[in-house]
Amino acid sequence: MFTRKPVYMLTIAAGVFALNVASIGLAAEAPANPVALGSAITEAQLADWDLIVAPDGHNLPEGSGTAAQGQAVYQQQCAACHGVAGEGANGSPALVGGSVLTTPPLLTVGSYWPHASTLFDYVRRAMPPTAPKSLSNTEVYQVTAYVLHLHGVIAEDFVLDKNTLPAVQMPNRDGFIDVSAN
Amino acid sequence: MDTKNNPEYVAGNGLIHRRHLLGLGLAGIGSMAAGSALGADAGMLSIPAWSKAPGNGPSEYGAPSPFAADVKRLAGSPSATAPGTGASRTPLHLLRGTITPNSLHFERHHSGVPVIDPAQHRFVIHGLVRQALSFSYEDLLAYPMVSQIYFLECSGNSGANTVATAGDTNAAAIHGLLSCAEWTGVRLSTLLAEAGVTDTAAWITATGADAASMGRSIPLSKALDDVMIALYQNGEPIRPEQGYPMRLFVPGWEGNVSVKWLTQIKVADAPAHFRDETSKYTDLLPDGKSLQFTYAMGVKSVITSPSGQMKLLRQGIHEITGVAWTGHGAIRRVEISADAGRTWADAHIEAGQQHLALARFRLPWQWSGAPAILQSRATDSSNNVQPARDIWMAGYNPANRYHYNAIQSWSVSAQGDVKNVYA
Repeated sequence: MFTRKPVYMLTIAAGVFALNVASIGLAAEAPANPVALGSAITEAQLADWDLIVAPDGHNLPEGSGTAAQGQAVYQQQCAACHGVAGEGANGSPALVGGSVLTTPPLLTVGSYWPHASTLFDYVRRAMPPTAPKSLSNTEVYQVTAYVLHLHGVIAEDFVLDKNTLPAVQMPNRDGFIDVSAN
Repeated sequence: MDTKNNPEYVAGNGLIHRRHLLGLGLAGIGSMAAGSALGADAGMLSIPAWSKAPGNGPSEYGAPSPFAADVKRLAGSPSATAPGTGASRTPLHLLRGTITPNSLHFERHHSGVPVIDPAQHRFVIHGLVRQALSFSYEDLLAYPMVSQIYFLECSGNSGANTVATAGDTNAAAIHGLLSCAEWTGVRLSTLLAEAGVTDTAAWITATGADAASMGRSIPLSKALDDVMIALYQNGEPIRPEQGYPMRLFVPGWEGNVSVKWLTQIKVADAPAHFRDETSKYTDLLPDGKSLQFTYAMGVKSVITSPSGQMKLLRQGIHEITGVAWTGHGAIRRVEISADAGRTWADAHIEAGQQHLALARFRLPWQWSGAPAILQSRATDSSNNVQPARDIWMAGYNPANRYHYNAIQSWSVSAQGDVKNVYA
């Protein structure tokens, strides 16, 4: 009895070894990535899910808004933290005014952010902090226009939409040096 | 010279050759220590109570000794206006070795830690691909995986030392947005190949499933190199604070690009210019311009013992030890100074994987009781040398808090108090 058990285990081990050899042989002939479990999905299925808006305006939604329309949205959703005129409060950053050249510098949406698309993108995905993604696309256009207007970037009646937003020139548009290739 | 019993001083103010760590020991020179604390046990030893009664049995998930309860993260206070936003810092000065325990890995959240049911989570690759694909957590578990030890450092780490006056704080408060773990997951290149990246693709954007939907852009070349979708952290499923059920892990680069709770990778021809790569994580220069997409973390080291707010209780031999790391390869050299940088000695660097990982360094030091300023200076495999603070500061606007990698100075007073200083 004492010696039979190891013999039995040896048999099993030999079987496993043979299986391993077989699978190695298969792997050598298979494509580099034999596991392919991704399920096909269409961009149409992602239309309400993909929130990314790049400077070229790609993926901006339908809708529009002006600063005049955005004032009420701002006062209701943003002013408690960012101040009634975007000057910042309660530890939340100022949104407008300031300069990169003062000591110390004051980096705001108006003085620092290089692209208007970033403001739309960020407000839509992350603001207000207590209820992100609660604003409609129209409200995001409106409040984006209001903040840009507070800094004097666009006029109060400028209609912000998917065609006009990419053309908005931010004051610090040329203030960045791309070192991604370094 | 009899190096066993006579220390070979190799730099000013008591630094001893690193060979004394390598098997030769310090037994002989240990006797030189004045006022040694080791003489406390003068009476008879008795058998302690815990040797006379059985202890607790096994448990399902272990916890530290109650006597080590002080080894914990330095967590910031909650934000009143942005719930869940904030950071906690790794207690570098209370850890030895190079691996950060999962419960002590630093955190930085932009809208809190989501509670994600992996069965409901979806990870999608789309954009400039031949076929957009959706993956479940179970899908990813079936792919071939890789395991690598990598450091992770927030680009705001050590920014406390960019302010005008050195704060009287400790190593965790200054440098604790730094951790190192073994990360296991699926290479992103594997999944990008399955989706089929098109010829016009040059960047990817990664987005998390947290309330902030935090996003970052990464050049495709890096994405196809060593980036992984991490599923395991030091062998267990990654912690919620680190992105459960999955995070992007971008080795050597500023921590923010290793997007947690990863749900979306959109392949693109240009970066998205997200808020966290324009408004934040950009480096303001003296002339008002800013560096954007500063990705690789600079060569850096910090002495973790002795370090800020510690107290040396006796003169004599102390081991100076700390960690060094670089986003540009591996640490090749760490030098120590005990005289504010006038003279330097090479520290011993522990063997082990050091490519884009923490390296542990050590050097014996004979403290005479005189004031000292301890510094460490790292050099990496790309020949980058950690700069002095004034050199680093001259390169940026004084308001810049990102990517600070200058030499840390700890002063030691005649009373043995260790303090953060600029020197």
